[in-house]
Amino acid sequence: MPTLGNTQLKLLEKLCNAMAVSGDEGEVRTIVLDEIKGVVDDVKVDALGNVLAVKKGRSAGCLRVMLSAHMDEVGFMLVAEDGDGIFRFEMVGGMDVRQLVGKPVWVGKGHLPGVIGARPIHLTTPEERKKTIPLDALRIDIGPGAKAKLGDRAVFATRFQHNGPSLVAKALDNRLGVTTLIEMLKNAPTNIELLAAFTVQEENGLRGAKVAAHAFDPDLAIAMDSTPANDLPAWGGEENVAYNTILGLGPAIYVADSSTFSDPRLVRHFLAVSEAEKIPCQLRQPGGGGTDAGAIHKGRAGIPSLSVSVPHRYSHTAASIARLDDWRHTYNLVHAALSRITPNLLAGER
Amino acid sequence: MPELLPFLKDLLSAPGLSGYENPVASIIEARWKPLVHELSRSNVGSLHGLRQGRAPAPRPSIMIATHMDAIGLMVTGVIDGFLRVTSVGGVDARVLPGQLVTVYATGGTEPKSLSAVIAQPPARLLPPGLGDGPVPMEYLLVDTGLPARKVTDLVRTGDIVSYASTPVELAGEVICGHTLDNRSSVAALTICLEELQTRQHAWDVWAVATVQEETGLTGGYTSAYQLHPSLAIVVDVTFAKGPGASDWQTSPMGKGPTLCMGPNIHPALYEGIKQVADRLEIPYGLEYAPRHTGTDAFAAQVVAEGIPSMVLGIPLRYMHTPVELVAIKDIQRAGRLMAEFIAGLAPDYMDKIVWDK
Amino acid sequence: MKQLIQKLTETFSPSGYESAIREVIRAEIEPLADEIRVDALGNLIARKGTISSTGRRIMLAAHMDEIGLIATHIEETGFIRFAGIGGIRPLALTGGRVRFVSGVPGVIGTDRLPDLATAPTLEQCYIDVGATSRKDCPVKIGEVCGFERPFLDMGKRLVAKSMDDRIACAVMIEALRDLKHTPHELYFVFTTQEEVGVRGATTSAFGIDPEIGLAVDVTGTGDTPRGSKMEVALGKGPAVKVKDSGMLADPRIVQWMERTAEKAKIPCQREILEGGSTDARAIQLTRGGVPAGCLSIPSRYIHTPSEMVDYDDVLQSVRLLTALVSNPVKL
Repeated sequence: MPTLGNTQLKLLEKLCNAMAVSGDEGEVRTIVLDEIKGVVDDVKVDALGNVLAVKKGRSAGCLRVMLSAHMDEVGFMLVAEDGDGIFRFEMVGGMDVRQLVGKPVWVGKGHLPGVIGARPIHLTTPEERKKTIPLDALRIDIGPGAKAKLGDRAVFATRFQHNGPSLVAKALDNRLGVTTLIEMLKNAPTNIELLAAFTVQEENGLRGAKVAAHAFDPDLAIAMDSTPANDLPAWGGEENVAYNTILGLGPAIYVADSSTFSDPRLVRHFLAVSEAEKIPCQLRQPGGGGTDAGAIHKGRAGIPSLSVSVPHRYSHTAASIARLDDWRHTYNLVHAALSRITPNLLAGER
Repeated sequence: MPELLPFLKDLLSAPGLSGYENPVASIIEARWKPLVHELSRSNVGSLHGLRQGRAPAPRPSIMIATHMDAIGLMVTGVIDGFLRVTSVGGVDARVLPGQLVTVYATGGTEPKSLSAVIAQPPARLLPPGLGDGPVPMEYLLVDTGLPARKVTDLVRTGDIVSYASTPVELAGEVICGHTLDNRSSVAALTICLEELQTRQHAWDVWAVATVQEETGLTGGYTSAYQLHPSLAIVVDVTFAKGPGASDWQTSPMGKGPTLCMGPNIHPALYEGIKQVADRLEIPYGLEYAPRHTGTDAFAAQVVAEGIPSMVLGIPLRYMHTPVELVAIKDIQRAGRLMAEFIAGLAPDYMDKIVWDK
Repeated sequence: MKQLIQKLTETFSPSGYESAIREVIRAEIEPLADEIRVDALGNLIARKGTISSTGRRIMLAAHMDEIGLIATHIEETGFIRFAGIGGIRPLALTGGRVRFVSGVPGVIGTDRLPDLATAPTLEQCYIDVGATSRKDCPVKIGEVCGFERPFLDMGKRLVAKSMDDRIACAVMIEALRDLKHTPHELYFVFTTQEEVGVRGATTSAFGIDPEIGLAVDVTGTGDTPRGSKMEVALGKGPAVKVKDSGMLADPRIVQWMERTAEKAKIPCQREILEGGSTDARAIQLTRGGVPAGCLSIPSRYIHTPSEMVDYDDVLQSVRLLTALVSNPVKL
């Protein structure tokens, strides 16, 4: 089985360093289109900007499997100008405002450098320092005369790094999934028809996945995403019971999140393949969060769906950390599980 | 061409709360009838008017959608001749005390409109602790002035209540009334249809007045799905700069409609409309919606395989109060801008609606 | 009918895991329906009748899932942490008993609370299944449980966990049984995942593409001491939904229901529910839109293990539902 090596790492790096705030995914879309050109049987960009690609199966009666990976990332939009290159901005996607202060950013198509500054500590009072700095007190400063315009998007200016066993970057959520899906198309299992959806606006309410699922009308769907690993020590020394996932334990299989109950047939299949192929995996703690599967499984008359994510720490911040091995295992597990899919998988009732 | 103002005043004077749009739908129907080739109602009551284009079939189509429903109140119970109410759509209970309203009573032998006022009961009659703060809606009462007996006979749970304020013209060609959200957009769409009478257009045009936007974009989802247009433009009101509203989310009143951009909008469609406005020197403002536009376009965009969507805004002050204000000029400009854009749509315009040019 | 209600309410099937209740219902309706199928999300769909010249394609929906809990972590000491499925009221948890779909029983305890007067958060609660360590705990992450509480027959009033919405499942089954003839193509749909966002109704309605939709569900009441100011009361008959926090019922459906009730001399009451919504909302939004409403069965103490309904209301609901679909519908 092909696995992820240096070529794929380079691609991941390129994708992580690209900008694709929800609704403005052009940069990543261009890279994706370029990568899968000549590899797929059919490809188009739809009304919302999703890249929808088809890789046909060997036989006519094979299951049509949708794989989705969202191209977009959380970020900012400039909404008002104070003058002198200082802009008011809004957050796009779920972010913690406490993560913004003092960060360098890139603005607009030219990746213009800018910063999110803060009042000097000297000018603040002890009372003030106990409070979160609200969004409306923050600005993006790109310097006087720089050419940005309202509506431009911005992201944290973090360059991809490969540190020992770990990957450090912005937007690992979900360039990990995007890269996995590109590789999956390049090495597509032939026992299924692979319907690849590189989706838009996942972070803005699963909007791309909704229309992609309707267009593909697949037999089943796998959302490939990235999920937080909150595997840090608890402050009081007590057991951490809310880790979501743990780095190093392999891909996270979803049973339930706030938007989807995974199809139990697919959960069983993936767990069985993990055991048979000795590829490690972990169950993501059921609870909050969601992936494209939340929109896909409600498509048309219902689509059996599952999410598989690469765990990563510090999601939706300037610098996330994932383990290279977790990513590799994710690719291997999904590839192995897809390769073993037969129409029998959905023969029984959910 | 009939005058705009009397029509707009008719729209503002008609009831038509979310879910109960029939009265206003009839007024729109009458006005649109000569302007379109087909007119029908959707399964949930939205009004669909079709103006056929001149390109050979199958033609692309554009949907212009404006919601026609209004926010208001609904009777939840009768107590000692007073009515308890809940809101239909987003109503700030703080604007209610002392308002004149109309109760559409259905309990009698025939439906009846009852004038009433909204009473804020004295503090002594309210739960302790409310102090002189705002009185939540559940404690407000609607008083029809009729004897208790009569009220019980006439009014039923589920009867609707709307603001009774009548439209007023202010200085500077500004109109005031309740429900300018979104009847001013209906008026703009009507102007667009009137302009198109004398213009040739290649595309089919679906003029749509949707239902239940205020309670969950019901008409937006269902009409877009049923008509499945190639493009969708939604006209809705937007926040005008004014007292209490001056930040980046607002646009000046009387300086033209706003063109919205953000994830809900297809950038090529935005550019296309902007170019038309620039070419014809129709003034406009720019509006930025980083996430959700809060309009029917949010529904239309993700229906079926997805529809490239755009939002035009008519700046309006004091949204969702009984004294909303809109500049008449902005309505006219929005109507004209749409008509010009539609008239300019070439049969192959969809080839221009692409990403990443 | 009480036996049926007991059987339905004593089955454990939280949202997403409806196979147990689906089998119970399937056994009941198998001899009554013309055709039965299960769709991708597990909805049980029973067709009755074929469309005649005066008939319509009508979808009736009662959800068969219930609220419950899902294990998120097994502590080293064997205690189970969990998340809620659906609208869990923490106030109703402490000291309660649960039963996992696998059959394992458990009780709910809480961390030491800083203040006994306020309800714990879900994070402060755990399930004790008698295990002494993670190793010997018979429950794994991702397993689900429902609230354990036996059915209680008070004569006129019935009490059980998951009356929401098994009582409506019972009403649908009995209506299907009582239905002599219909001009319509009727789909009795026992939906899944209503409690987590009307998901089963969304997909089954798309598949069925109905011309009219009617949910059957429970609604709250205003007839308890210092309760909410709601007009609905137990014992005054089925409620006709006008509005809830998710939808406005189609006025034509309201009228159809009230006229049918009047004609059949079935008492009924109007419902405006301030918190909550039903499968009817999903049906209303389907494709190009569907005129939709809801026949509600008044219920006290919803989303606690002791949901109470009035037996006469239940019987009248069966009558009303049967009458509604026995004759041509003119909206």
